[in-house]
Amino acid sequence: MKLTGAQILMEVLKEEGVKTIFGFPGGAVIDIYDELAKTDIHHVLVRHEQGAVHAADGYARASGGVGVVLVTSGPGATNTVTGIASAYMDSIPIVIFTGQVPTQLIGNDAFQEVDIVGITRPCTKHNYLVKDTKDLARIVKEAFYIAQSGRPGPVLIDIPKNVAATKINYKPPKKIHLKSYNPTYKPNIRQVSKAASLINDAKRPVIFAGGGVVLSKASKELTELAQKTKTPLTASLMGLGAFPGTDPLWLGMIGMHGTYRANMSTGACDLMIAVGVRFDDRVTGKTDEFASQAKIIHIDIDPTSIQKNVPVTIPIVGDCKTTLGQLNKLLDKEDLGDLNEKRKKWLEEIEKWKNTKPLAYAQEKVIKPQYVVEKLYELTKGKAIITTEVGQNQMWAAQYYHFDKPNHFITSGGLGVMGFGLPAAIGAQLACPKKLVVDIAGDGSIQMNIQEMATAAQCGLPVKVVILNNSYLGMVRQWQELFYEKRYSQTGMEHAPDFVKLAEAYGAVGLRATKPEEVEKVLKKGLSTPKAVIMDFVVEQEECVYPMVPAGAPLTEMLLV
Amino acid sequence: MIEEKHVLSILVENQPGVLSRISGLFGGRGYNIDSLCVAETTEPHVSRVTIVTRASKQIIEQIIKQLHKLINVMKVIELTGTEFVQREMALIKVNAKPEHRAEILRIVDIFRAKIIDVGLEHYTIEITGDEDKLSAILSLLKPLGIKEIAKTGIIALSREPKIV
Ligand SMILES: Cc1ncc(C[n+]2csc(CCOP(=O)(O)OP(=O)(O)O)c2C)c(N)n1
Ligand SMILES: [Mg+2]
Repeated sequence: MKLTGAQILMEVLKEEGVKTIFGFPGGAVIDIYDELAKTDIHHVLVRHEQGAVHAADGYARASGGVGVVLVTSGPGATNTVTGIASAYMDSIPIVIFTGQVPTQLIGNDAFQEVDIVGITRPCTKHNYLVKDTKDLARIVKEAFYIAQSGRPGPVLIDIPKNVAATKINYKPPKKIHLKSYNPTYKPNIRQVSKAASLINDAKRPVIFAGGGVVLSKASKELTELAQKTKTPLTASLMGLGAFPGTDPLWLGMIGMHGTYRANMSTGACDLMIAVGVRFDDRVTGKTDEFASQAKIIHIDIDPTSIQKNVPVTIPIVGDCKTTLGQLNKLLDKEDLGDLNEKRKKWLEEIEKWKNTKPLAYAQEKVIKPQYVVEKLYELTKGKAIITTEVGQNQMWAAQYYHFDKPNHFITSGGLGVMGFGLPAAIGAQLACPKKLVVDIAGDGSIQMNIQEMATAAQCGLPVKVVILNNSYLGMVRQWQELFYEKRYSQTGMEHAPDFVKLAEAYGAVGLRATKPEEVEKVLKKGLSTPKAVIMDFVVEQEECVYPMVPAGAPLTEMLLV
Repeated sequence: MIEEKHVLSILVENQPGVLSRISGLFGGRGYNIDSLCVAETTEPHVSRVTIVTRASKQIIEQIIKQLHKLINVMKVIELTGTEFVQREMALIKVNAKPEHRAEILRIVDIFRAKIIDVGLEHYTIEITGDEDKLSAILSLLKPLGIKEIAKTGIIALSREPKIV
């Protein structure tokens, strides 16, 4: 069969089951766009390529599958870099296709030429420049495999214009075989059995779950482990939803803005079972004092995550789901004793922490941002998919919305990209058309990718944006308040647009609440409107996120309200 | 943390960009490269990269794991701590005034080096050996005036009979 590169690409995309692509056209990808129009693949025309990657990220997370992006060469390609770096930090499977100038022009500083493979080398799991049409199908198949296997991540494929246009005799590639890439899914069983006996011996165990649990779809196994061993559980920002946020064993989030009881439990535990985490500095605080009384079991599919930031007692390289499954089986054979008795003291201690310093705020005359999130949680019965921007809004979302299921909290965790939430919500809404999708936003962040409101309107996507509008780059202002004697250098956002009118200008619906008694009404109206909606909540300007562990301090030394 | 010298032998797929992936990994994560050598093996699609680095125990473990994680890296062998042989080659262009020529020849002879190029005022010496040998000859030649030098960096192989 004689096919052009562009036609071959379509064949492989169909084979990989791709239904949706986020992208933006340009000269170098015209051939590909020409073929794309002849397929059933749904192309979502974003308004900025960064939005395409965040949308693909949200799509991948909400669907548990892979996100796909198509952009042109040069500026189209460089605009994707922030999105790619975010997906790389959060291990999200995305395949990005960039156009490139024709092979004979590469290296000549041709119009819209950029070395995107060079630029993205440190922020992709792998990347390719396709130099010959006959390699294209194999490379695309490899990319989809690499992106989704092992520790997932973004893979970029740079396709020169002539490679897309050239016709060759096409034979569908055989099963791909990557000699030097073999992720370890099955754990070393001896390590797992050592872990089982440590768990049985522990008096004050804590489970610490991360994004790896969500990625490996291991929530069921994790919940089984916690309940079987009556072990309280905390999670990183990326792990929220891996374990039911309404379960009595749930401690709340760990880390810089973690709950008092989660951080105190970490300081006091004698065993930490860390699953699918990488011990980020926002989690550990001062590493020397992190879980300093505990032996640590660390399960992760990526060997580089283990012993990187925190020394561990039992390292286990393996897929979270497989490993937890094996661990549960081994524990079934052990005599765990009377767990009610065994855990009584530990759980009582935790209950005391919970009751002395709960997450709290006082709703007075001005709307408190926490109140908005709490009301949103109530009204949506905890069932919405929540995306976030970055800053205080993100932390309040994490603290006051409780997630019972994985893939419902979608946030830029590792890179912390302002402007992530709206495009991510668009991706999530496309993956889950029947679900309610809400972006909890800040007034600063939302302006970074606000242009995607047009995408939402064009696609008829009923995404909801809840702006916690404090007229500040609030999180930075909070640091200035606490550590820089209130010198608010460049954190005031006085000159914001009128978000209600802005929504209307985009063909969406705009609503505003300025008083506490309006919050519920606006939320109810906004959430029930079957269109894209921006809800502007004018909140307390100088509210801070607490608890807070100052950067570099031990986790147990929290600033409290 | 005490930093020690480590010799790593890395087998990689011979593909464009592999070397940038490796050097980028070292640069981006703040690891040292003392020397780096790369060339094809007997299999044309496989190259061997030899890297000498200085790192603490914890960091060398990370370096090895991070290298493994690169898709095009097939094998990473830490030679330090095992039986292995290593060599480096240097080309040394040294001033060769008539009154010094005998001295230079004597040094070249003692070190089993070779003179591979002769000019009116200089000799170019080729020498192969381990680091100690190379620094010894350099310290003897230095007073005579070294004009230029090119070194290969270390290449190394395990002494195990089996292929590692
Ligand atoms: C692209 C980008 N630039 C800068 C920052 C640094 N930063 C972190 S939080 C924050 C403030 C965000 O302000 P806003 O969106 O209003 O959220 P708030 O903290 O007020 O809820 C800034 C500037 C960032 N995370 N991302
Ligand atoms: Mg703000």
